[in-house]
Amino acid sequence: MSIDNIDLESRGPSVGLVETRFFTFATTPADALPLECGQKLSPVTLAYETYGTLSPEKDNAVLVVHALTGDAHVAGRHKPDDRKPGWWELMIGPDKPIDTNKYFVICSNCLGGCKGSTGPSSTNPATGKPYGLAFPVVTMGDMVQAQARLVEHLGIARLLSVIGGSMGGMQVLDWALRYPDRVASLIPIASTARLSAQGIAFDEVGRQAIMKDPNWNRGDYYAGQPPHAGLAIARMIAHITYLSQQSMREKFGRRLQGRAGYGYDFEVEFEVESYLRHQGDAFIKRFDANTYLYISKAVDYYDAAAAWGDGSLVQAFARLRPETRALVISFTSDWLFLTAQSKEIVKALQANAVHATFVEIPSDYGHDAFLLPNDQQENAIRSFLAATLRQVQTGGWHGPAQTGHEEKPGWHGGDVCRHENEAGKP
Amino acid sequence: MTHPSHRRRVDYELIEELIPPGSHVLDLGCGDGQLLEELVSKKHVVGRGVEINETRVLDCVERGLAVYHGDILEGLELFGPGTFETVILSQTLQQTLDPRKVIKEMLRVGRRGIISFPNFGHWSMRLQLGFLGRMPRTRLLPYDWYDTPNVRQLTVRDFREFAAGEGVKILKEIFLTARGARMTPVFENLRTSLAIFHVERAG
Repeated sequence: MSIDNIDLESRGPSVGLVETRFFTFATTPADALPLECGQKLSPVTLAYETYGTLSPEKDNAVLVVHALTGDAHVAGRHKPDDRKPGWWELMIGPDKPIDTNKYFVICSNCLGGCKGSTGPSSTNPATGKPYGLAFPVVTMGDMVQAQARLVEHLGIARLLSVIGGSMGGMQVLDWALRYPDRVASLIPIASTARLSAQGIAFDEVGRQAIMKDPNWNRGDYYAGQPPHAGLAIARMIAHITYLSQQSMREKFGRRLQGRAGYGYDFEVEFEVESYLRHQGDAFIKRFDANTYLYISKAVDYYDAAAAWGDGSLVQAFARLRPETRALVISFTSDWLFLTAQSKEIVKALQANAVHATFVEIPSDYGHDAFLLPNDQQENAIRSFLAATLRQVQTGGWHGPAQTGHEEKPGWHGGDVCRHENEAGKP
Repeated sequence: MTHPSHRRRVDYELIEELIPPGSHVLDLGCGDGQLLEELVSKKHVVGRGVEINETRVLDCVERGLAVYHGDILEGLELFGPGTFETVILSQTLQQTLDPRKVIKEMLRVGRRGIISFPNFGHWSMRLQLGFLGRMPRTRLLPYDWYDTPNVRQLTVRDFREFAAGEGVKILKEIFLTARGARMTPVFENLRTSLAIFHVERAG
């Protein structure tokens, strides 16, 4: 099984035909989006899709956040004859785990993206040409701020849940930390509060592949040949990190592609080579090389502990309200975003008395597991969302505070217990 | 761990009686979350669980509980001193590799502990081992020597001596038959199938 051959028919009905919409904001200099790097961006467009119906109480909105190369098209089809539906079709739809009969689902392409949202391939209003490297370096926090403007535009004061895997999970954490009063629950999947050195290393190899392609031309390639060779190599490297030893052994082994023996040359010989080249070739048709640079950089920069807790994740999560609920999921064979990194998140949430559940799901499919059919993941998300909706509707959440963040007690109102971390913060 | 946690355990009701309403409770080896759910609905406790089996953790998610998927000692590390009024270890002590550390940790994160375990001093066990010369099997301990999860087998007397040596104060002792009936503490180390100890740190 891989992302290319999921049996979606058996996973339930689809949301059907959907369309991508566009929200443009920050149209005046005064309203420009302030970025972490110090620059301001104006105007900003986000491509987004929504499914399901927002309840009259506006308490059933679920924001789905995509991973590195995802987009706003998370479920359904744009045209009846589209070969593939949205990227998380198995998770979102009527009666599916994120049930569009119950929830109003939103997904937007991230800031810096190349699938309809403002990014380096968008037109720079100052020059009338694509931004290229003139596009400011954006961060996870900038992406979340932009999404927050969209969520406001949709009239939603508080999200029932923010859910996402991998890079999406980083934004899930940032949502909860940046807007603790506007997020009733968070579901970071196969994610981390900060990428490992190994993760940064793989990203850097991908970026170097792009930047060493002569066609890259310091990001100014939109009028000519894009750096397709570099982008394809970046994708090939990244794709290896999304699989596992075991899934590669089972899927390819050492089998040769359409030949009986070695050719003693440098043509495609092994099946795994053919597969990776196919992944690279398919990717360059749908993705912009500069966006790859920008977004992978944003992933590398992200550090929830540094951004919100002076280096302590425990201190960072002290921002959350105690009634916030969290479901943290990792996969056994994921070696890019390790279970230990998910546990670090859970530990910090529990230290702040957040209602946090952690589950490590057995899977042989590596980091990609979160995108693949998995009854355990689907059941966990389904029942967690249902329990969260129950809590919100029965008044377990005390409504969005209007006056910023108030002091929040931990366990026992903060008097009986002293968390280790409060005393001994690094 | 393969303890029969889908069945309502005979010690649940007695454990519930020891839990103050509205208090903070940690259930170690919480299984499918039945006890925690009852404590939340009947006693309005703030509950947390630790469970090593992911299927049971997912059962807990279905019940709306907050549970950590992992080993008991690792789960205990999540919490600061005195986080809970009560930490429950129901029929799990005999399955932990380092019971001494587990109890020490329990009484670090919690003010009090409730520890229940099957009594290996029961007369039928003694008979099976003493006269038949084979490892005992009972209703509560239906395992063979090669598949038992119970790696630390103890008796009521063993626990009392252990508590005295470890600075653990016993507040209350409850003894049950295999069917969950309470018994008077007469020759309890010979007669009880399941013992429940309510404990706290001495001094």
